[in-house]
Amino acid sequence: MNLNPTPDFSAGLQCPIPISDYPNVLLAHGGGGRLTQMLIERMFLPSFANPALEMLHDGAVLEVNGTRLAFSTDSFVVSPLFFPGGDIGSLAVHGTVNDLAMCGARPLSLATGFILEEGLPMEDLWRVVRSMQQAARAVGVPIVTGDTKVVDRGKGDGVFINTTGIGIIPEGIFVSPRRARAGDLVLINGAIAGHGIAIMSVREGLEFETELASDSAPLHDLVARVLDVAGEQVHVLRDPTRGGLASSLNEIAAQAGVGIRLEEARIPIGDEVRGACEILGLDPLYVANEGKCLVIVAREAAEAALSALRAHPLGAEAAIIGEVVSEHPGQVFLRSRIGGLRVVDMLSGEQLPRIC
Amino acid sequence: MRFVDEYRNEAGAQKFVQAIRRVATRPWTIMEICGGQTHTLIKSGIDELLPPEITLVHGPGCPVCVTPLELIDRAIAIARRPEVIFTSFGDMLRVPGSGTDLLSVKAQGGDVRMVYSPLDAVKLAQKFPERQVVFFAVGFETTAPGNAMAVWQARQLGLTNFSILCSHVLVPPAMEAILGSSGNRVQGFLAAGHVCTVMGYWEYEPIAEKYRVPIVVTGFEPLDLLQGIYMTLQALEEGRWGVENQYSRSVKREGNVSAQQLVQKVFQVCDRQWRGIGPIPQSGYGLRPEFAAFDAALRFNVAGLTAQESPLCIAGAILQGLKKPHECSAFGTLCTPEHPLGAPMVSSEGACAAYYQYARARGKVSG
Repeated sequence: MNLNPTPDFSAGLQCPIPISDYPNVLLAHGGGGRLTQMLIERMFLPSFANPALEMLHDGAVLEVNGTRLAFSTDSFVVSPLFFPGGDIGSLAVHGTVNDLAMCGARPLSLATGFILEEGLPMEDLWRVVRSMQQAARAVGVPIVTGDTKVVDRGKGDGVFINTTGIGIIPEGIFVSPRRARAGDLVLINGAIAGHGIAIMSVREGLEFETELASDSAPLHDLVARVLDVAGEQVHVLRDPTRGGLASSLNEIAAQAGVGIRLEEARIPIGDEVRGACEILGLDPLYVANEGKCLVIVAREAAEAALSALRAHPLGAEAAIIGEVVSEHPGQVFLRSRIGGLRVVDMLSGEQLPRIC
Repeated sequence: MRFVDEYRNEAGAQKFVQAIRRVATRPWTIMEICGGQTHTLIKSGIDELLPPEITLVHGPGCPVCVTPLELIDRAIAIARRPEVIFTSFGDMLRVPGSGTDLLSVKAQGGDVRMVYSPLDAVKLAQKFPERQVVFFAVGFETTAPGNAMAVWQARQLGLTNFSILCSHVLVPPAMEAILGSSGNRVQGFLAAGHVCTVMGYWEYEPIAEKYRVPIVVTGFEPLDLLQGIYMTLQALEEGRWGVENQYSRSVKREGNVSAQQLVQKVFQVCDRQWRGIGPIPQSGYGLRPEFAAFDAALRFNVAGLTAQESPLCIAGAILQGLKKPHECSAFGTLCTPEHPLGAPMVSSEGACAAYYQYARARGKVSG
């Protein structure tokens, strides 16, 4: 797949996504799958073209007077606002802290924008703000500036939050999706699919007997430990949020021009989450995480990285789940539990629960 | 995880694969009926583990795939109405009608909601008495009891704002249509375990007898499928026919009788149009006349809407097992999950989508 298409503006500046295909934005355009990728590749990238953007990292890396800064932004529109294991406030802090961490950066400070819906209970806003305050304090990253807007009732979903952050990338750290190379090993810090299933379990109409909690957590400290022991041997860091493990690994495979091979039996997943996925007909590889980190590391440093992950409270269940290969560049394969091989493709839209 | 891991381990799978290799002495063509089985086969890579003598063809058992185009158009017409909350299982929402799909109707302002059970749609009707709540009742015998229960409950509750757009289909008439067609090459069947959990398997016995085919009621886990294939092969190699039950942990010969009784109270057998295949007599369920008040097609007067299929799409041949998805000229080029021409490319259970998603890089597709 060509990630840097040359825009063809010969017919004047017109919408590069044919109107006949998608006259309206669909929810799937924000699902993290192929339609999201299409928006980015065809509309955003050619319009805003610049070298920092074209790295397609979790954040931009900017050099200022010899210091490398990571700069990232994320918007949070989760419904419901409060869910088992977190809420939109802590999520908004963790999300951007994690995006900075995935650039190999130490987070420095955050900015935030609130879009509030008229009629939102003040009590709810207070809960969200307090949660942000606690999360920011816990990660040691101050919220240094912000903005507030209120929209008419019915034109928002209670609260939307944007957070933007900057961080400093230490010397000797060079993390980029393009650095994945054949022979590297793929690590993850714990069980997948927790966030997506927790959110789904509290949305209208789904009742599980067990409470499933989101894995929302700040990963900067965990990442710092791994970088301490493996340094520039750490080639790629990525938090597989929406679109899940499968989408993140597909992006990395495409950007680095390598293949990735996973071992299904080695991918950690909790029994409750796996059970919920079985019931709903969802593939956990595509379900969102908010406290997970993929670490692609040179083979010789993998054991050290794994030990560092496992020594951290957020990495107790860390595992080596696969490897980077030179075959099938741009594609992710998975060896199933029964020993068959299949492609793990990018989803075109959001995963939809099956009929039966 | 209990009840899952037992049926997904490599040692067990290898045992069956070896046994299948030993027993298969010549080429055989076996059809798995259900789309859920197609997905397990491809998702766990079973198709790659089997010896070349065995050809698996993918049957018409995906409810999303066989729901006729005009019914999708009717659903869309209803969903566009301002008073309507249109509810459906997730994977029906992306199926293209002749012009658009339900997700696009939602993007344009229609109140289209995904539910996990038809009973949730009944709850919505209670919660919003001023709105009309419609449930898109598609599926095989598996979903019929739930849909029957929704209509039954709505009547008990005296709801006048709940209705279903019904397109239920039945497995046995489809099997007979396949076996009776002149181009048929299916020699044995894996029957759908979930359908048989509801209906039992007694109704397959006359089919097995009439067409002299082995039919093995099979579950959905990788080891279930391998065992089902093994049992079918044993019968084929020994020249036996009849119905066997691999999925005995869930299926009894008589099925779930109370579920069947509820279905009989609400639905009656009727002729049904199958997408890509055409009309099959006595192959579906429709609402009984005494439940006509819950028929959305009548309530919103859309029964007259008709539609034409894309001429490029060979969904019919695929659903009957006459062709494989990658043998279609549009597969992976004009027809992709982003732009499906036919329903098998849309549903996660559809054979074309399964091939596209899991098998694309194995040289079966260039796309």
